[in-house]
Amino acid sequence: MTTPVIAGRTGRRVWRTLWPPLLLAVALIAGWQLVGQFAIRDAQVLPTPWQVVSAGWQVRGDLWHNALPTLEETAAGFGLSFVLSWLIATAMDFSDAARRAVYPLLVASQTIPVVAIAPLFVVIFGFHLLPKVLLVALATFFPLTASLAEGFATADGDAMRLLRSMGASRWQSFAKVRVPGALPFFFTGLRVSITYAIGGAVFAEYAGAEDGLGIYMQQMQSVFRRDLVFATILVIALVSVLLFASTYLLERLVTPWRRFETRRGSAQDRT
Amino acid sequence: MNGGERAGDGQHRLEVRGLTHEFARADQAPLRVLEGLDFAVRPGEFTAIIGPSGSGKSTLFNLVAGLDRPTSGVIYVDGRAVTGHSEQVAYMPQKDLLFPWRTIEDNAALGLEVQGTAKRAARAAVRPLFPEFGLDGFERSYPAQLSGGMRQRAALLRTVAMQRSVLLLDEPFGALDSLTRTQMQLWLAQMWQRHSWTVLLVTHDIREAVFLADSVHVLTSRPGRLAARVVVDLPRPRTTQTFLQPEFARLEQQVLSALGTTSDVP
Repeated sequence: MTTPVIAGRTGRRVWRTLWPPLLLAVALIAGWQLVGQFAIRDAQVLPTPWQVVSAGWQVRGDLWHNALPTLEETAAGFGLSFVLSWLIATAMDFSDAARRAVYPLLVASQTIPVVAIAPLFVVIFGFHLLPKVLLVALATFFPLTASLAEGFATADGDAMRLLRSMGASRWQSFAKVRVPGALPFFFTGLRVSITYAIGGAVFAEYAGAEDGLGIYMQQMQSVFRRDLVFATILVIALVSVLLFASTYLLERLVTPWRRFETRRGSAQDRT
Repeated sequence: MNGGERAGDGQHRLEVRGLTHEFARADQAPLRVLEGLDFAVRPGEFTAIIGPSGSGKSTLFNLVAGLDRPTSGVIYVDGRAVTGHSEQVAYMPQKDLLFPWRTIEDNAALGLEVQGTAKRAARAAVRPLFPEFGLDGFERSYPAQLSGGMRQRAALLRTVAMQRSVLLLDEPFGALDSLTRTQMQLWLAQMWQRHSWTVLLVTHDIREAVFLADSVHVLTSRPGRLAARVVVDLPRPRTTQTFLQPEFARLEQQVLSALGTTSDVP
């Protein structure tokens, strides 16, 4: 198993994963173009994809300048969410009381509609970075925490006994078995929550901001530049897809053993 | 000789005295799984425990490994009573329990790491064992890349690497196909011959017990009591030829009848 063989195989696999959605996307965009160009014929109602892309390209500077703060909010909020999820899930794993105390509140936090709470956050925390970071964190940390906590809890009971027979402390068992065992779960949670992240930031900006894709989109809406509204959505979608795809890359780097397991299931599931 | 921190008779590496264990049950009398178990293992002796399902074999192992406390009775390892987790016993469970995220050498080094050896030093300590365990060249492989037999050898390597006085092997080859299992038994007999480990083996497999052990303790079904002790005086080293000796068949028969069944063999 030389590297080129693996690389070739990976390339083929990536291609196999990518071509169906690409084909579908091309078909949808073509359909949209046709409907816009020949049926509706009014850019105020539905701009064609071509109009969207060319209008977006003309204001690429504006889009870029507004994308930066949104990305910054997303990154900071997601970072906060990441740290919180590890802290809370770890506490829940070590203490049953903590689990019972925190879990219902976690679930409750998920029922808060971001749309409703965003203006409130702006009133409380001001127009700048903080309310956006908090909203992104609020939107993303539940899937992260829940998947981590679940991952910790699935540690094999026999594995824990083995560690105990070796003389391992609770903390050693946690670090050596529960954490690596939870990583696949964590990445599932990461993929769910990362798709919420940018949406959370855009919503937060809707409620009040100086710049950002959310506020830019709102401004374009109010001046009836529907083509630029769509262009902004396109940018948001592209960034989301990129972030989503990057989780696979990260997963591969952090859990290199998993590519050997695709056929046979994980070591412990087999018996 | 019971009671007191240091006890035991001084000749045995492992002593089990008057061991009884019960599990509490809701709204019922406690479930007694082991009753008055009494046996001892000399240094370098290979002892097998065999019994029907539910005879408390795994419970016995958990007790010897110090994972559970017995309801009554005492276990001595090297003359010291086992209380709490034992630093003297290395435990190899039924499943290989190799961690998929660790390479084979890191899996093998886990016991040493847990005991406080630095990762590098632990790796260096286990590496020389690889050729003997037929794992040369697989140090950096992941468990998913190994065959069942290799994984089981890796699990044994991890157990041996802890350098503890007693090895507890809990049906180590139970999950393997019959051919691989026979190969592993031949290999383990060889390894034992070379290293004179003190081994306590739990198995369902009469052939395996007779082939490997110096003595076979037969347990009754629940609650597990000692039904018989069969001394296996087949010559060493044991090889494929051992299986063909009339004496081997006679001993198998003896264990089988001690199990008290001829039709419903575990």
